[in-house]
Amino acid sequence: MAERSRGPGRRRRRGVAALAAFTLLAPTAAACSGGDDGGVPVINVYYAPEQNFQKVIDDCNQEAQGRYRIAYQVLPRGADDQRVQMVRRLAAEDDGMDVLGLDVTWTAEFASAKWIKEWTGSEKDEASKGTLQQPLESASYEGKLYAAPKNTNTQLLWYRSDLVPNPPKTWDEMIQMSEDLKSQGKPYEIDTMGAQYEGLVVLYNNMVASDGGKILNDEGNKVEFDQGAVKALGTLQKFASAGVTNPSFTNTQEDDARLQFQGGSGAFQLNYPFVWPALQEGAPDLKDKVKWARYPGIDAGTPSKVTIGGYNLGVSAYTKHPDESFAAALCLRSPEHQLFSAINDGVPPTIESVYSDPQMDKAYPFKADILAQVKDGANRPITPAYQNVSTVLSATLSPPADIRPEQDAKDLRGSIQDALESKGVLP
Amino acid sequence: MTTQIGQTAEKPTTHRVRAEKKAKVHLSEGKKAERKLGWMLCAPAAIVMLAVTAYPIIYSVWLSFQRFDLKFPDQREFIGLGNYVTVLSNQYWWTAFGITALITVVTVAVELVLGMALAWIMFRTLIARGLVRTAALIPYGIVTVVAAFSWKYAWTPGTGYLAKLFTDGAPLTERASSLAIIMLAEIWKTTPFMALLLMAGLALVPEDLLKAASMDGASGWQRFTKVMLPVMKPAILVALLFRTLDAFRVFDNIYVLTAGSNNTSSVSMLAYNNLIRGLNLGIGSTMSVLIFIAVAIIAFVFVKLFGTAAPGSSDEGRR
Repeated sequence: MAERSRGPGRRRRRGVAALAAFTLLAPTAAACSGGDDGGVPVINVYYAPEQNFQKVIDDCNQEAQGRYRIAYQVLPRGADDQRVQMVRRLAAEDDGMDVLGLDVTWTAEFASAKWIKEWTGSEKDEASKGTLQQPLESASYEGKLYAAPKNTNTQLLWYRSDLVPNPPKTWDEMIQMSEDLKSQGKPYEIDTMGAQYEGLVVLYNNMVASDGGKILNDEGNKVEFDQGAVKALGTLQKFASAGVTNPSFTNTQEDDARLQFQGGSGAFQLNYPFVWPALQEGAPDLKDKVKWARYPGIDAGTPSKVTIGGYNLGVSAYTKHPDESFAAALCLRSPEHQLFSAINDGVPPTIESVYSDPQMDKAYPFKADILAQVKDGANRPITPAYQNVSTVLSATLSPPADIRPEQDAKDLRGSIQDALESKGVLP
Repeated sequence: MTTQIGQTAEKPTTHRVRAEKKAKVHLSEGKKAERKLGWMLCAPAAIVMLAVTAYPIIYSVWLSFQRFDLKFPDQREFIGLGNYVTVLSNQYWWTAFGITALITVVTVAVELVLGMALAWIMFRTLIARGLVRTAALIPYGIVTVVAAFSWKYAWTPGTGYLAKLFTDGAPLTERASSLAIIMLAEIWKTTPFMALLLMAGLALVPEDLLKAASMDGASGWQRFTKVMLPVMKPAILVALLFRTLDAFRVFDNIYVLTAGSNNTSSVSMLAYNNLIRGLNLGIGSTMSVLIFIAVAIIAFVFVKLFGTAAPGSSDEGRR
């Protein structure tokens, strides 16, 4: 490198390069975090891509009447990428982020790292008023509220009513039905997510929770991994090796499962409600045959407990406009905006009263089942180290057909405890 | 990248400085002033270099001695070599290390052979020499991530042609085939770079020497092994060193192609997962430091044992 540039123009060239770099960087920095213009504080909302979210924001800007102006900064589509982008900037104490869209599993992590502000007083009251218990729990850490639940989510059982007259109540029943259909030469597959990622952990968590098992203790700081958790390992293994899944089960994520079912080879699908509108458009011949029911449980007498997902809105600890940020977050998740988002973007509300709005009936024919499942819902283990726990779990659970319940339970007790204490190495 | 430059650039200069010191017995005033000016002209570059390489390296060494997880800011403490014990006794680390070593050895070996052939073609082309050289360099000019995505789609059933051509399943969901594809992408990408360095070596071989050898009845192969290779040795070693250091830090291709699933992580992937995704600055920095040490050892072995030096530099460096 040193040998190459020896000419007299070297210094000048360096100056030009520095200038070029500066002019390139300067506008980007300004564009990234919209500055305050004309005295109106700009509240930068970092949120996942949601098609009609801009309309909600416009609406809130109007309601604010010049008190603040919200700018929608769209995060990447992948959950991991969203988290990494926010985490990097928060670690650098970036004051250009104000309101953060947090997946329910990140809230504890961001709270523990002191990256988001606690909700107190009237703002806390407004955020929790009428909000369903489980989503509210996902936004809390160590008994304090750290975010306002914006939307929730849960998987339902979608089934072909022409093949299955009565939906199964338990996993055993569903596997049996599928095997029967297979022997009759009819579509039989149970399509759901089995790739080595968060979706597999959710599948496993559904089985653990439905059986009353526990992966962590209630405080989320110690591994428990009781008999229910061990039994669920067996259930998952049985399901994966019964020959009732799609051949590419171990590489299937949400949209793959939807496509497998829409392709006609599935009799059952366990997936989020986004599959419903897609089915109406993508598979008109199936749409009248497909019905929904509650997610299957383990024991016929006990209703299933299903993992809830969704997004919470947190306020960055480094924001320059905390009051306006809280107000903006509250507006974005207000009942009327949750109704708007549910109807237009298909995301289930976190405020109970929204479900009884008559406008919900058409867009959300399955709203009663969603509400019932969310009310009985199971949160994933609430711990700041959830990302570690999930990584370790999905690595051990994959591929599910090779699970050895007793042995894997023994390994997991060690590796999850290490993950909780951030001692171990992540795969 | 920074570590590589630091490693390779430092060695020859220290040699040179030492040689000059020996010679420095009687220096005229003019010489002294010239030397002073030389130092001053170097200083800005040296200071920038220290700021952007030395400081981060020292800081990550410091971090690697601590229990420091951004998720638990209150639990930060000094734990000495604790992180090193954790990492070095962990199976994920050694699996990734094995994968990295495998990828390094296989890709560098294949690239050397292919690169030599490509260099020969580029060097000996008589017609459309510019076109041939440009065409050969295209893979190296494409951004690695972009190329990796092309490979990924090509090998994914449904979107690509290669998957259907060679297998029925999804080759990127199995370990052996994933590794083969990663190595293929690496080789395709960096062979031109290898060829470029080797071509510089080919230019060093005097035409007279080859003519003399063929007058003495040496066959083509003998001319290659007995005349060309010895003359080219410095260039070959530099090419090998650069590529080995690069290959050991393989990241982009794996990140895009498999994201480390099915045990295909390299050490750089593992460090990224622990540092950026896991937010564990202690463990992650420990891995970075270990990678740095591994790279330093590779450079040391090449420079000291094989006598790698810049082509055309003094005999002292070549030994």
